[in-house]
Amino acid sequence: MNNLLVLLRKEFTLELRRQSVISGIALYLFSLVFICYLTFNLRSNAINQATWSALFWLVILFSAVNSVAKSFIGEKPGTFIYLYMTTDAHSIIISRIVYNFLLCAVLSLVGYGLFVLFMNDPVLDHPVFLAGLFLTSLGFASSLCLISGIAAKARNSTVVMAVLSFPVIIGILLMAIRITNNALDGLESAASKDEILNLLGINLISGALAYLLFPYIWRS
Amino acid sequence: MKSWLKLTGVFLLLYTHTGGLLFDVPRLSILNETIRALYFHVPMWFGMVFLYCISIYYAIRYLKNPTEDHDVRSVEFAHVGTAFGILGILTGMLWANYTWGSPWHGDPKQNGAAITLLVYLAYFVLRGSLENQEQRARLSAVYNIFAFAAMIPLIFIIPRLQSSMHPGSGGNPGFNIYDLHSSMRIVFYPAIVGWLLIGYWISTLRIRIRILQNKTIES
Repeated sequence: MNNLLVLLRKEFTLELRRQSVISGIALYLFSLVFICYLTFNLRSNAINQATWSALFWLVILFSAVNSVAKSFIGEKPGTFIYLYMTTDAHSIIISRIVYNFLLCAVLSLVGYGLFVLFMNDPVLDHPVFLAGLFLTSLGFASSLCLISGIAAKARNSTVVMAVLSFPVIIGILLMAIRITNNALDGLESAASKDEILNLLGINLISGALAYLLFPYIWRS
Repeated sequence: MKSWLKLTGVFLLLYTHTGGLLFDVPRLSILNETIRALYFHVPMWFGMVFLYCISIYYAIRYLKNPTEDHDVRSVEFAHVGTAFGILGILTGMLWANYTWGSPWHGDPKQNGAAITLLVYLAYFVLRGSLENQEQRARLSAVYNIFAFAAMIPLIFIIPRLQSSMHPGSGGNPGFNIYDLHSSMRIVFYPAIVGWLLIGYWISTLRIRIRILQNKTIES
């Protein structure tokens, strides 16, 4: 537990110290949203709700994959050896998942803000929409963390990361899009209950798998 | 694998092909004779899931006890399982072309199956991009377990949540209803057993070839 807090604090200090990374991610997100805005040229509610949610989730998907990918890819080899000697695998994966969850949640909230700013705000049911957003961030964090750990060991790891991660998170993404569509249509919250429970289940499975399997990746 | 099992597999498939093409089937509107795809299309998915189950079993065994043998078995079962999946997609597209009017109809089951195949193809890409043999075996075993967990919602859960034109969901008649005509049941069940046996046999052959190849490389 103590280890966990120390590791979490280390992630945050490092991240805040290397501001170029954070601003890089922010700029990436901003450019994606701006490209969407320019290509559709939509100041005046020119897109329907389905397009809005598809665009939104594409933007979030790409920025999440790119930002979580660097949790193991591009880490200096010395850091791995130091961490390997001082802590155990479980606290490392949990701290990375928590950290990446917060990162994804902030990313998607900022992305939502940018979408509202540049396009419009079609969301009618905010609590359900936000619940979907947080659960999806958790799912992204737990599954992408493990895959980033695998991909970091491969040659040309960024390509491998994309190939491995996209099919695995399609299940999460489909659920997220269904919840979003319900929230956009303003259906009552009970309509999204099944999807939210499913998303919760997928998150539990992927989190448990990441927790169980990470020690085997870590050993090499 | 015992030779009587191989003989049973061959015999059952011979029976499936003759019986499946010649026996009487119930006349249903739209489906008509394409209902015979049941004997060839559905067993492919049974076979794929069966082989992937064995593959994940050996992946878990590899993580507990890393020997090359477990790794070879895990990969080869995944190989043959993927081949079954591709055949399942192709037979499904052939069937859809005549009943739905186009080979790819965006049906949730079709999409789920295609994504599952993508997951397992990514598994082979991962194996190709790792050089160290021991590292490749361990990391791909980890991804195999993860891929299996990703497959379950894609094939068994998500298609059931959405409306689908696929027989057996969304109010369309499934094979449980055709089973009332026991004329189909006497071909369908042997077909499943036959395809499972043949799939297992092909995998064991591939495993033996791979082990021999590894031996000749070493010596």
